Amino acid sequence: MELGNVFIDGMRAALGVEAVVFALAAIGLNIHFGYTGLLNFGQVGFMLLGAYGVAIMARACPDVAATQTAANQIGPCGQPLLYGVILSIVLAVILALLLGGPTLRLRSDYLAITTIAAGEILRFVFRSDTAAPLTNSVFGIQQFAGDFFAINPIPPGNYFGQLNYSHQQLWTMLVGWSLVALLTLWTFLLMRSPWGRVLKSIREDEDAARALGKNVFSYKMQALILGGVFGALGGVFLAMGTQAVAPDTYIPVRTFFAYVIIILGGAGTIWGPIIGTIIFLFLTSGLETLLRELIQGGVISESIIALPEVGPIRFIMVGLMLALLMAFRPQGIFGNKEEMLLDAR
Amino acid sequence: MRHRRLTPSVRPKRGEGGPLAVPHLAVAALLLVLGLVLAPVALAPEALAQEPEEAILGRVFSGGGADQVRYPGVTITAFDADGVEVGTAVTDEQGEAVIPLPGPGEYTAVLDTATLPEGFVPRGDVAERTQNVQAGRTGNALFPLAEAGEDGAAPAVGGGGRSFSDKLSSVPQLFVDGIKLGSIIAITAIGLSLIFGTTGLVNFAHGELVTFGAVVAFFFNASPAGPQIHLILAGLIAIAIGAFGGSGIERTIWAPLRKRGVGLISMLVISIGLSFIIRNVILIIYGGATRPFTNYNIQSQINVLGINIVPRDLAIIGLSFAVLIGIGLMLQRTKIGKALRAVADNKDLAESSGIDVDKVIRFVWLLGGGLSAFGGVLLGSTEQVNVNMGFNLLLLMFAGMILGGIGTAYGAMVGSLVVGIISQVSTAFFSVQLKFVWALLILIIVLLIKPQGLLGKAERFG
Repeated sequence: MELGNVFIDGMRAALGVEAVVFALAAIGLNIHFGYTGLLNFGQVGFMLLGAYGVAIMARACPDVAATQTAANQIGPCGQPLLYGVILSIVLAVILALLLGGPTLRLRSDYLAITTIAAGEILRFVFRSDTAAPLTNSVFGIQQFAGDFFAINPIPPGNYFGQLNYSHQQLWTMLVGWSLVALLTLWTFLLMRSPWGRVLKSIREDEDAARALGKNVFSYKMQALILGGVFGALGGVFLAMGTQAVAPDTYIPVRTFFAYVIIILGGAGTIWGPIIGTIIFLFLTSGLETLLRELIQGGVISESIIALPEVGPIRFIMVGLMLALLMAFRPQGIFGNKEEMLLDAR
Repeated sequence: MRHRRLTPSVRPKRGEGGPLAVPHLAVAALLLVLGLVLAPVALAPEALAQEPEEAILGRVFSGGGADQVRYPGVTITAFDADGVEVGTAVTDEQGEAVIPLPGPGEYTAVLDTATLPEGFVPRGDVAERTQNVQAGRTGNALFPLAEAGEDGAAPAVGGGGRSFSDKLSSVPQLFVDGIKLGSIIAITAIGLSLIFGTTGLVNFAHGELVTFGAVVAFFFNASPAGPQIHLILAGLIAIAIGAFGGSGIERTIWAPLRKRGVGLISMLVISIGLSFIIRNVILIIYGGATRPFTNYNIQSQINVLGINIVPRDLAIIGLSFAVLIGIGLMLQRTKIGKALRAVADNKDLAESSGIDVDKVIRFVWLLGGGLSAFGGVLLGSTEQVNVNMGFNLLLLMFAGMILGGIGTAYGAMVGSLVVGIISQVSTAFFSVQLKFVWALLILIIVLLIKPQGLLGKAERFG
């Protein structure tokens, strides 16, 4: 039994590629939920579009003499990654416009239901055989981000001792966390601006903002687009960092995780998404390792918790965190209660 | 014509059939014998490792990952490159069949589609696999299956290759399947809608109440650890436990939260956390497998007005409509029903006119929990029991609820039926994999055109 592993696994997850992805999605969601009060439960749909945008643009072109599946392929291929990122952003903007149009004028729970449905529609369509020529259905697309790793300046090897990141992982993390820092700075500047103050006023009292002559619908739409694009960038990073996309990566649970993250870190705060990501991934990964170590070390008997039950226990803990935080400390660990009066009206 | 209409429906499930299924017990027994005969063959791969001999291992399954289901009783035949039959085998309980081969070379394994389980077709309509088998190796021939609508009325991919009139002629059959699905959605969505109407809570944990009902019924009906009683009895127990579970959640969680003044959006998020907790507790206790109840699995279709339907599905439709009408009468005629409608209409006015709002809300949860459990039992008997069945149904409930008019019982009924019918009928023209996409698209379109729903009253929703 190596209890040191608990800390190491927790740290590795809290700083790794997955953390970058969650941080980006959470920064976007923080603009929706934390600053504007929009209940977007389809952030994973934006991530899916981001991931597939870059994967489809940059995937290998079919070899004419190759297999049947490759011969059926349609759509772009072999383009530079940058074009893929641009496509991802464009797709995210379109999705935000389509979603926001019908729902942003309605009560917020309608947006919640519509967005979660939209995320699932996208996943169903992308995994269907009908879309296979474009998306390769359930199998997804792999090995398309070679160009990104080709410009990696870090010499090959493993880094940070026991954390044991490969040079490729380290490169992805470096670029990813830089982007997180950049977007956080941008969010900070935006929220200090008059534009950001209008968003907060919409969250606090939509009617008051409207009475002051602000076009509430337009502001909400801008917030939805901006946060959605951030989510799509999260998807871009997940796709590039793992060199793979598959539709069933983008299940609604991912959005719920992002909610736990921003509530944990403090919704409507600048550092909330980053702090929340690190704490959330450290706790959940650490707990998983802790349980595994305790079971393998014989401290917890297999008859009480069997190894395959560790995964569901992790989810139960996430559910408990979400429910208890929301009930007893909606402002999160560091948040300001005044910023989290979601149900003022 | 599709073969499964002509052959008796044989589902690869253990257990006994209903009274109408007696002739098929013989089939089941035959399969069992075949399974026993083939059991040594199933162990063959290990033997092969020691004594190199070529074989084809056919595997018949559907779904993927933890949800993968294997199908016994499917015949696979192997042909060599010249088209000469070299062997045939029937899949065992693991859905696997081993066909020994005379030597290395190219072989084609062909699935006998007439022996496939009810409601399944080869995914992508591919019923044969060609393998180049190396000396001393076993070639794999994987046959993924796909659900053909609810009733095998449409091939797996887009109804491709069929004429339009063919597609059109399958519509009445799919319409009835849609009514079945829609009535199950309706039963579960009423509770969801009434909870919203009376408390304003969008209960994301409602799908888990459905799963809970199905799993409780599974425990009493099919679990080796349970009493293994008949499904009807097990279903009644599940409904009772589901009802008390619903009111228990209201008493222990929602009522105290409302008292503390926790807002509706916070409660919505809490219900998501709750759904996580319930689903994963069920996952730990029940496991990730998809399993059937022991009753009403093997039934032959009867023909009612040109529609082929198994008696079980007919009973599901009948029971659902009886329950829906019962609820309608309860809402219109009884005191609690009238109080319920009053609270849903205007809570403050109801309270000030002497209605015990808390009592009404507890009743709504009792009703919602029981109806969800009932829906779970029905869904489990037609599509088997799985830990994700409720969550997958939740979005359809939302679609039905919003389509019909959020917060109303009658709206939820009408909307859910429409959602079920559209999902099923779409499979005549489009891929089965996309059938829920249409239902969810309707949800978005309704919000665009008529946000109050078909039966909702127009008010400002902004």
